[in-house]
Amino acid sequence: MNPRTDTEYTAGSRDHGSRPRPAALVGLIAAAGAWLALGVTPAAANDLPKLIESLQPKMVKIYGAGGFQGLEAYQSGFLISGEGHILTIWSYVLDTSYITVHLDNGTRLKAELVGADPRLEVAVLKVEGQGLDHFDLGQVVEAEPGTQVLALSNLYGVATGDESASVQHGVISVKTRLEARRGVFETPYRGPVYVIDAVTNNPGAGGGALVNRRGQLLGMLGKELRNSRDNTWLNYAVPISELEQTVTDIIDGKFVPTEQADPRPKAEQPHDLGRLGIVMVPDVLARTPPFIDEVRKGSPADEAGIRPDDLVLFVNDERLIQSCKALKEELSYIDRDDPIKLTIIRGQELLEFTLEPR
Amino acid sequence: MMHPVALSLCMAALLTALLAPPAAAQVPDEVLKAEAQRIEMLKKAGAATVAIFGKGGQGGGSGVCISPDGYVLSNFHVTSASPHLKVGMTDGNLYDAVMVGLDPTGDVALIKLLGRDDFPHAPLGNSDEVRVGDGCYAIGNPFLLATDFQPTVTYGIVSGIHRYQYPAGTLLEYADCIQADAAINPGNSGGPLFNERGEVIGINGRGSFEKRGRVNVGVGYAISINQIKNFMGYLKSGRIVDHATVGAQVATSDDGRVLVTNILESSDAYRRGLRYGDEIESFGGRRIRTTNALKNVLGTFPKGWRVPLAFRHDGKLYETYVRLDGVHREGELAAMVAGSGRQQRNPRQQPRPGDDPNPRPMPRPEQPKDDDEDKDNEKELPPGHPPVNAAQQKLPEIVEKVYEAREGFANYYFNRINQERIWDKLISHGDFTGLQGAWTIKAEAAGGLESTFELSDALVVATLPGGKVEMPIDSKNPSLGTNLDPLGSGGLFASLHLWRRFLTGGINNFGNLYYLGTVPVPGQDELYDCLVGVYGGVECRLLFEPELGRLAVLEMFPAGNVDPCELHFLEYQEKDGRMVPARIEVRHGDAVFQVYKVNEITLSKAAE
Repeated sequence: MNPRTDTEYTAGSRDHGSRPRPAALVGLIAAAGAWLALGVTPAAANDLPKLIESLQPKMVKIYGAGGFQGLEAYQSGFLISGEGHILTIWSYVLDTSYITVHLDNGTRLKAELVGADPRLEVAVLKVEGQGLDHFDLGQVVEAEPGTQVLALSNLYGVATGDESASVQHGVISVKTRLEARRGVFETPYRGPVYVIDAVTNNPGAGGGALVNRRGQLLGMLGKELRNSRDNTWLNYAVPISELEQTVTDIIDGKFVPTEQADPRPKAEQPHDLGRLGIVMVPDVLARTPPFIDEVRKGSPADEAGIRPDDLVLFVNDERLIQSCKALKEELSYIDRDDPIKLTIIRGQELLEFTLEPR
Repeated sequence: MMHPVALSLCMAALLTALLAPPAAAQVPDEVLKAEAQRIEMLKKAGAATVAIFGKGGQGGGSGVCISPDGYVLSNFHVTSASPHLKVGMTDGNLYDAVMVGLDPTGDVALIKLLGRDDFPHAPLGNSDEVRVGDGCYAIGNPFLLATDFQPTVTYGIVSGIHRYQYPAGTLLEYADCIQADAAINPGNSGGPLFNERGEVIGINGRGSFEKRGRVNVGVGYAISINQIKNFMGYLKSGRIVDHATVGAQVATSDDGRVLVTNILESSDAYRRGLRYGDEIESFGGRRIRTTNALKNVLGTFPKGWRVPLAFRHDGKLYETYVRLDGVHREGELAAMVAGSGRQQRNPRQQPRPGDDPNPRPMPRPEQPKDDDEDKDNEKELPPGHPPVNAAQQKLPEIVEKVYEAREGFANYYFNRINQERIWDKLISHGDFTGLQGAWTIKAEAAGGLESTFELSDALVVATLPGGKVEMPIDSKNPSLGTNLDPLGSGGLFASLHLWRRFLTGGINNFGNLYYLGTVPVPGQDELYDCLVGVYGGVECRLLFEPELGRLAVLEMFPAGNVDPCELHFLEYQEKDGRMVPARIEVRHGDAVFQVYKVNEITLSKAAE
């Protein structure tokens, strides 16, 4: 894919389909500045309701786990294939076997988790469907600061059934890396983000679509991020170009949840947690989060640097671990002579360790 | 090698960049014109926007003037039930305003500016035409900044339409509202949401304020102006008005149909044939596909309206009109309103009435239902001062002249002047006061059969094709609801008696009578003025034609949960300088009982 840089100079042009010729650009550069100052271009304003109408069928409302103390049981997403693949953020909402999706037309469907990469906080769901209206990840454009954008999401869960997603307007303030704010924002994502000047990242908005004034997909709205130093909130979207490869991998069968039917043969002499020197927290829930309780001194885990309270995310990069049970199950496929790579979350840091067999 | 034309273009671009002043020289005329129009529009819109201040300049919110005589819309949670408010306008003046009507459920208040008949005012738009993505402007008094009465303008787009926001308790339900991302902050409450043509499309009242503190998070809700238009006649009646229920519960089935899951047998919907399991097709003229859609439509109607309903029963489609009952019991709203002034003072310390201790079942997540309590800035009185009771305070003279306190009313004065308005208009077509003698009506029913009705204070005598029937009326202890003759009419004799009583006695001698507001009449586009009178144990509704002001319909309800007898005065003719009915249709339930062509009408004066 060769991402095309999209500028807003043509936003004032009535013909949105054609790119401006150089001669036209000269006048438009000055005009665009003035129109930006006004907040809206006259031509775009006329087309906006129509544009939004064409985008809404691509948006979905996602319902899953949560619903108690401050944890909303809903989030946003959008279709990325005619067959019902949905891009959204990876969150606790998806940590359930009952994920429901409402399409824009009100159709309620049960969704399965195709896969997720918590490192990018991205997940792909799938619903039954054919010929569904969707965003094409192959047509993604990059945007510069100053680009006028629309954010579509089901923030606050305002819409249900056939009610359409909420639409907000704003401007990309800057494209920057979240990494620079390590230790400030609580997120494992360290890549570039579009920072938006509108309050787009509200409860339930994560997984929403950021588009330009031509309806082209720019990014996916992230979670709510609070700056722990000054108690301000960041409104941002992750550029689709950062997610595209991972999404393709997920759809192609990588990063699959361990709970899905596994065609691999079990190892004759598999790894087990005891041999690795790992004691997990007591497995008391249907899905006990895979936290490490103890690490035996001198064990492969200890030598690799694993510590108590680490949360296991992946085994060998591709198998998404969602519970203590899943971790045990996953180890049963790996021969004890092979090294194991564990991806874990420690506090807000994402770390990788390789455990060498003995 | 660069093409010469391209080169010169580059030079031009460079020159432009170097020489062009930041001024508007390069901006196309079209853009400048649009900008000038917008500035002009906002100037007008701003002039109609008002800052509302609480007692002693403490607390407040926003509002918008919608007529030259000073009617102002705001939120109930801004005005409470205060009889007197201080209102600032962009001309720099602080005007006195009087309470007119309250819709506590819909969070709407109507007040009236005093002292001029040429107030700057804003036109009302059509909120059904609003589309997601339309530009909009919230104008108002956020954070009570408008100490110089100059309002703040924030721009946004419409983020959602037909939104439903759960009530806080049984009040402040936002149905069918407009969601916008224009910054709406505490203090914006009650202020207008304008479209790009400068028409009011909503009244801003609510934001989603949660963990980020009480400031805008890009999600504001405005009560749609079309809902307020439905309520306008009710609000102008000076009453505390109620919202409506249809008497049935519905649920959305998996295949996307809205089915009745419960229905009150006492409801009009039940009498019109709606049963458990029936599918709602449309309501109030809008197609219904979800439970929320029904709640949305229902939330836009006042109690007592008759609204079209289409439903499917055993696969067959039925189209009818249902009378809507109230959400609240008699007196319940008035009691809530009376208590509201104090209740909202310290919202942070106590749970709001709407706080649901249990999480909502899926898939309806907890709603962002925080309404903004614009009274936050209200300061406590210094210690030792007795609390101020608004009702005990002396009203300024200009307010006192137009304020009458009465139980159940926001301001009875406005009810009284509407009764008088209707009466004056009515008697311009013929004054029947003084004609207290016997009235004789000779009428021809379908098939040419003659009937004669003789009406007097104590007796109705009807000579029907089947024989002569009498209905005596004990004027000391009238009980009209016990005799519903003739059979199948629902009480034609009693209705005729009430008709004569109203025309001869007028608004002051009928019994307990009040102005309800404006209501729809099946088959008519415009809304009709409605008086409600209670006499002889029955409730009587009198509907008057818009503009002309003639009596169009009389409905007599003998009891709470039964169909009325309806007299429709379809045609009028002149008789001795008065307009008298030429054709009267009698309806009961779903049937037309009889259509009478009036051949002769004799009205005699009271006996000496």
